[in-house]
Amino acid sequence: MRFIMILIPKGYESAAPDALPSAEAAAKMMEYNVSLQKAGVLLALDGLLPPSAGARISYCDGKVTVTDGPFAEAKEAVGGYWIIQVRSREEAIEWFKRAPMSNNDIIEVRQIFEMADFPEDVQKTAEGFEHRNVLA
Amino acid sequence: MSDVAKTIEAVWKIESTRLIAAIARVTHDIGIAEELAQDALVTALEAWPDEGIPDNPGAWLMKAAKRRAIDSLRRGRMLVQKHEEIARGLEWQQQRLGDALERSLDQVIDDDVLRLIFTACHPVLAVEGRIALTLRLIGALTTAEIARAFLVPEKTLGQRISRAKKTLSEAHVPFETPSGDELRRRVESVLMVVYLIFNEGYTATSGDEWMRAALSEEALRLGRMLGQLLPGESEVHALVALMELQASRNAARRGKNGEAVLLPDQDRSLWDYARIQRGMTALEQAQRLGGGAKPYALQAAIAACHMRARTAEETDWDRIVLLYDALLQINPSPIVALNRAVAIGMVQGPAAGLDALDAAATLAGDSALAGYHLFPSVRGDLLMKMGRLSEAREEIQRAIAMTKNLREQELLANRLKQLE
Repeated sequence: MRFIMILIPKGYESAAPDALPSAEAAAKMMEYNVSLQKAGVLLALDGLLPPSAGARISYCDGKVTVTDGPFAEAKEAVGGYWIIQVRSREEAIEWFKRAPMSNNDIIEVRQIFEMADFPEDVQKTAEGFEHRNVLA
Repeated sequence: MSDVAKTIEAVWKIESTRLIAAIARVTHDIGIAEELAQDALVTALEAWPDEGIPDNPGAWLMKAAKRRAIDSLRRGRMLVQKHEEIARGLEWQQQRLGDALERSLDQVIDDDVLRLIFTACHPVLAVEGRIALTLRLIGALTTAEIARAFLVPEKTLGQRISRAKKTLSEAHVPFETPSGDELRRRVESVLMVVYLIFNEGYTATSGDEWMRAALSEEALRLGRMLGQLLPGESEVHALVALMELQASRNAARRGKNGEAVLLPDQDRSLWDYARIQRGMTALEQAQRLGGGAKPYALQAAIAACHMRARTAEETDWDRIVLLYDALLQINPSPIVALNRAVAIGMVQGPAAGLDALDAAATLAGDSALAGYHLFPSVRGDLLMKMGRLSEAREEIQRAIAMTKNLREQELLANRLKQLE
């Protein structure tokens, strides 16, 4: 089963658009990433620029509104993610307990849907859906 | 299972391989190393429900294993020391073993894990022993889980593992990473074990569905692990590519009633494109390392040809024939020749396919493969395309009689119906 681990760093909701991790923090994170890789469980990972460099598109009564970041009302923001393949929810949690986090950081662990988890009628809607772009 | 027990199980799955590898560096015997690690696990199962999970569970387990090792030595259960060392006295040995385990604990190195894999897949062992030991020591599967996956009684599987450990011990197999020509031979054995584990999960048609999927996933994880441990070995990446590409078709391989769906008839939207992407990346890596013409790379390249085709009709059969030609040169097996005949049939027409199939059957000769149901099955297909329907029917009937697999029988029976 696949899990996504969503990293929510403390204060990232108000970080400057060009905020970057320190070399020390990056080195610790890289060490952790390598440990996931060496255990063969890591499928993908990425870091995200702060919300101040992003935008929100909201949909209301058929109207689409674009708001540039940062978002004053946001209490937290996603800073990055890992996707791992493991054998149980507990194993996912154990891996993520080992992540090098700072004080008050949060990691949210969520299981990823597999097509087989859906009922047949839902699976049917995916018929013909092919993201061929991956095969460039 | 309680939450703590589940957590302990998860910790074990994450930590045990490195733990066993680190102990084996000191004991030079993976059987003893596993026993000590298991003892440590038992200690954890007793202590953690009350004390809570320690901050560094790996280090905790290693300390517990060290205490057990010294206890065992005191009771004379561990006979890993050389004669001259025994002469120096028990106390000295205990001190030395304790120090060595302490150091080992501080620096579990990747080489230890690699040595563990090479030892578990040692050619001195029967293939089934290698598979069981690998799943047990590197996959951290329980004996019961492995038994369930392979549909054998737990007792049989347990004996298989003890026998393998005993063989390694008696043959004095060193705990080391081989080098030179020996390395190539040993890497081959490791990859074979991984691919057999994958195939057990991928192709078996009976048994526990969940456990079989877990086997394929475990083989893929082992492949990715090896990709990190042996980054320069192109065939490691090629095998990962082959497994990812095959596994990407999983959801499309069964119809609504569990019947087998062959590649040309599969709904390609059910293929897992994230897996295909990973497979393609691994294949490129193998090719970049100069291993494009090696067996797993060629098989992965053939799979990639299928995956790149938007529809079955768009399949680049010309290229597939070339790849099979190359594969047949290095691996002149009847199965490769059979698959090549199918490809030839697609490119040059059924008559040429039939000629190629005859050559494949000659290659099979009187071997067990002569009784392989795909020979008459493919022959029947080619004859059907040539309009020789009564001969085609005979061949399909022969194929039905030759397979014990119910799903294959169904598939062939449907083909027979089309011919009526």
